[in-house]
Amino acid sequence: MGTFVPNTKAQQEEMLREIGFEKLDDLFAHIPEDVKFQGELELPDGMSEMEVTKAMKALADENVIYDSIFRGAGAYKHYIPAIVGSVLANETLQTAYTPYQAEISQGVLQSIFEYQTMICDLTGMDVSNASVYDGATAAAEAVAMCRERKQNKALVSAAIQPSVMKVIETYCFGNGMELEVVAEKDGKTDIDDLKAKMSDDIACVYIQHPNYYGNLEDAQAIGEIAHSAKKCKFIMGVNPITLGVLKTPREYGADFAVGEAQPLGLPIAFGGPYIGFMASINSMKRKLPGRIVGQTTDHNGKTGYVLTLQAREQHIRREKASSNICSNQALCALAVGVYLSAMGNEGIRNVATQCYSKAHYMAKRFEEIGFNVENKDFFHEFVTSSDVDIHIVLKKLSDAGILGGQPLDTHRILWCCTEMNTKEDIDKVIEILKEV
Amino acid sequence: MEFKKEALYAKTHEWVIFDGDTAIIGISDFAQSELGDLVFVNLPEEGDDVVAGEAFADVESVKAVSDIYSPVTGVVAEINEGLLDAPEMINDDAFGAWFIKVSDVTDKSELISAEEYEAFCESEEE
Amino acid sequence: MLVFEKSRPGRGVSALPECDVEILCPEDKDLRKTELHLPEMAEVDLSRHYTELAHKAHGVNDGFYPLGSCTMKYNPRVNEKIAALPGFTDIHPLQPVRTAQGCMKVIKETSDALCQITGMSDFTLQPAAGAHGEFTGLLLIKAYHLANGDTQRTKIIVPDSAHGTNPASAVMAGMEVINVDSDDKGLVDLNKLREVCEVNDEIAGLMLTNPNTAGLFDPNIKEITDIIHQCGGQCYYDGANLNAVMGWARPGDMGFDCVHLNLHKTFSTPHGGGGPGSGPVGCKEHLAKFMPGVKVVDFDEHSNTNMLSFAKAEESLGEMKNFYGNFLVAVKALTYIKMLGKQGIPEASKNAVLNANYMMNKLKGAYDMAFDPKVCMHEFVMDLSRQAKETGITAMDIAKGLLDNNIHPPTMYFPLTVHEALMAEPCETESKETLDHAIDVFLQLNELAYHDPEKLHQAPVTTPVTRLDEVGAARHPILKYEF
Repeated sequence: MGTFVPNTKAQQEEMLREIGFEKLDDLFAHIPEDVKFQGELELPDGMSEMEVTKAMKALADENVIYDSIFRGAGAYKHYIPAIVGSVLANETLQTAYTPYQAEISQGVLQSIFEYQTMICDLTGMDVSNASVYDGATAAAEAVAMCRERKQNKALVSAAIQPSVMKVIETYCFGNGMELEVVAEKDGKTDIDDLKAKMSDDIACVYIQHPNYYGNLEDAQAIGEIAHSAKKCKFIMGVNPITLGVLKTPREYGADFAVGEAQPLGLPIAFGGPYIGFMASINSMKRKLPGRIVGQTTDHNGKTGYVLTLQAREQHIRREKASSNICSNQALCALAVGVYLSAMGNEGIRNVATQCYSKAHYMAKRFEEIGFNVENKDFFHEFVTSSDVDIHIVLKKLSDAGILGGQPLDTHRILWCCTEMNTKEDIDKVIEILKEV
Repeated sequence: MEFKKEALYAKTHEWVIFDGDTAIIGISDFAQSELGDLVFVNLPEEGDDVVAGEAFADVESVKAVSDIYSPVTGVVAEINEGLLDAPEMINDDAFGAWFIKVSDVTDKSELISAEEYEAFCESEEE
Repeated sequence: MLVFEKSRPGRGVSALPECDVEILCPEDKDLRKTELHLPEMAEVDLSRHYTELAHKAHGVNDGFYPLGSCTMKYNPRVNEKIAALPGFTDIHPLQPVRTAQGCMKVIKETSDALCQITGMSDFTLQPAAGAHGEFTGLLLIKAYHLANGDTQRTKIIVPDSAHGTNPASAVMAGMEVINVDSDDKGLVDLNKLREVCEVNDEIAGLMLTNPNTAGLFDPNIKEITDIIHQCGGQCYYDGANLNAVMGWARPGDMGFDCVHLNLHKTFSTPHGGGGPGSGPVGCKEHLAKFMPGVKVVDFDEHSNTNMLSFAKAEESLGEMKNFYGNFLVAVKALTYIKMLGKQGIPEASKNAVLNANYMMNKLKGAYDMAFDPKVCMHEFVMDLSRQAKETGITAMDIAKGLLDNNIHPPTMYFPLTVHEALMAEPCETESKETLDHAIDVFLQLNELAYHDPEKLHQAPVTTPVTRLDEVGAARHPILKYEF
């Protein structure tokens, strides 16, 4: 069996003797017998490192690794520079706890401060928190924190990622906030329906941009409508990769920018761990949940970093806190920081431009072979519809080692291109689908 | 420790000075010294209703948050916005750093004089 | 120095090839006008920047980390090696299930093992952290009462020693907290609990950890869960302290209906400087139909093959986050569980308890122990009220003194029921030599408190920075670098 207990049996006995016990079980003598577990756990025998490596590798090998992926829908495969993995493998940064002891946690705190700065820079916002679990919980937390005594209703666009909608629903089921869905029209948020649903009891309007179907929303107009109500906040869910070229949530007039930062340096990894970012304009900073790192000085006047604005948080505000979140996704935030530093301004613009260009190239090629592309203004995801059954399409591609787009219904598929998809790969998809 | 004579006090450690129809409200010097270095204050908005004995604001120190209770019932006529940027004013001068001015006062909590309040604080400390 | 200050325009990492299709751009109205200020760094400078940051941090690999309630056990390297396999990292969460059978087996095997260890009948790996698991557990309880038509059951009982997340989670779940005081031994006061539960049809349930936050196992646990069940409530087990009981006591057998675990504590996955963690939630059969997310099941009725597939619970309360939870964290936990196996898991817990008792007994003479127990579980709480009174040295000062000795301090000022608390959890992965050294340091610091307190007030002096101005940071927040 494997073990990580360094003390030998002899040492264990010695320690017991020193504190006046004979055997290990004596430490549990005061526990009533009827709560003690009788018998043995139904688990396999332990393994050596070599055996466990073999066993786990066998599981990994049962999965199909697609070299060519045209599926996004909330998880995006981008190129991750080698430096990201090597920094994340650093044992100190990887095994530290939450930086409560600031004096010996400056490295972790500074990396979060840098992450906050980069998120603000990308989104145009003034303040970022240290991150939350993922893009969906970032959206749900954002909706919840806009709640006021007289504003208990959230308007959420139907054109957002469906699983994000489900998470918002769950959070509302919990706290009793009312959730109303704004209809979708031609793959975008229906502005008329939004106007009709606005009133003074609306706490916030939430849209995703580009939305689930890849379409660019009329974010400016939506923001203005949201702000027409007294205390209503405008929240934009964004894919941060797009911000290399697209207008920032701040430029659109958003109060909060949130989203999934997995595209910034994290592997798709069957859904996690990912990282949710949350940023706001300055006047809303105390509404943000979770950790925030601030700059300060030590006794000698030396610059340092600490967890700050803590009175917002659960461990102080307890039942008055707007969220129970304790941790952030610090190591994932570190990955984002390293990724953005490695890419730099040119790099991030290049990734965004390549995503956009390749998606548009692919869409054009789809039209050439008779697929209908539903989108007009889109970024790097788009929807095709055709008479061909999607199962046939996806099966053909899969047989060729290609993961096709996300099926939406029997005849519609949501495609995604990133810088990872070469022209050759795209042409290959088109060649295969030409046949069907 | 200052116990200003012109003010009346609530046992929840707020002071109130009546200026004509308006009640000016802050927290006592004793309260600020017990709370320690204040780092933020959450104030109501102008036009909000306040109710005697109910919380209308809270103050934050680094490791704690405390509710501030209104000694009167009425409508918030003015807030001291300066406190939002410089909460240290409360620690520096608890009487200068008023929180809100309340008009249309219809009710009060039990209020005591400076002498009574000073004696009350002494008993609290024991 | 911040990465932004090291940035030089024109530098960068050669990550991407040139674009191989025609370069297109969105319309001008959609383009960002705000300038970007991301760092522009050569790879060598980046590498050194993060190495420098690592030097200014303290991980489990750097030294002893007895942070109570956080279970900072050693994080085996093999976990990381396995979680980095492309067969796990390069799998899209929306891939067809037949192409992700290995991932699904990881989820299933992890869930099954956790059911065994806790005595539950079902597990979801979707919750991302302990607090998220707590929220999930409360929603399960809420869904259960609503399904029974008990809409009035909105009160949740927590002991006064509870973590701040408990009341915050309760509010997120639309519930209200009733605090119940502990007795003078630090355990749940049965009489007070009975009083609260008597003729009360508003009780939704109880949130408890056992052993509790003082490291004490409540021997009345079955009676406690009985009292709650008798008044119609459900019992929720906060798994923060599971490392004490694995393999010899199970929350299910104690009478709990649902439980959250922390894979980043008990199951050896790293804390990452504050995440990602993983907070799986388990429940007994009567709650299983409300579970969030999807469950991996053996047979797919539709395809009639023996492939694993996903199924949703009948009356699922919804989704807690995207996809299936922090999957790679589960990979690491499963690696650990497989390595320890049925013998290693109880062995780990028993040694955690041994190490804590060894340390507590050696420190007893110098430090008062909260509630003065004969035996503790995996952690113990020192009460420095006496030192504070006699020398002016507080729990905070001792903590800062430890920093100068390359030891991460115990958890400070928690539980709130102990005034000058230092809560130490040594973990089973520490050797007698490490414990003996730490004991010596603790004893020396206590000596210092009585002989040269000023020196301790000044600590730490060997760290990259000294004590920081937290008041200034909160009064005039600087939350990002200004370009």
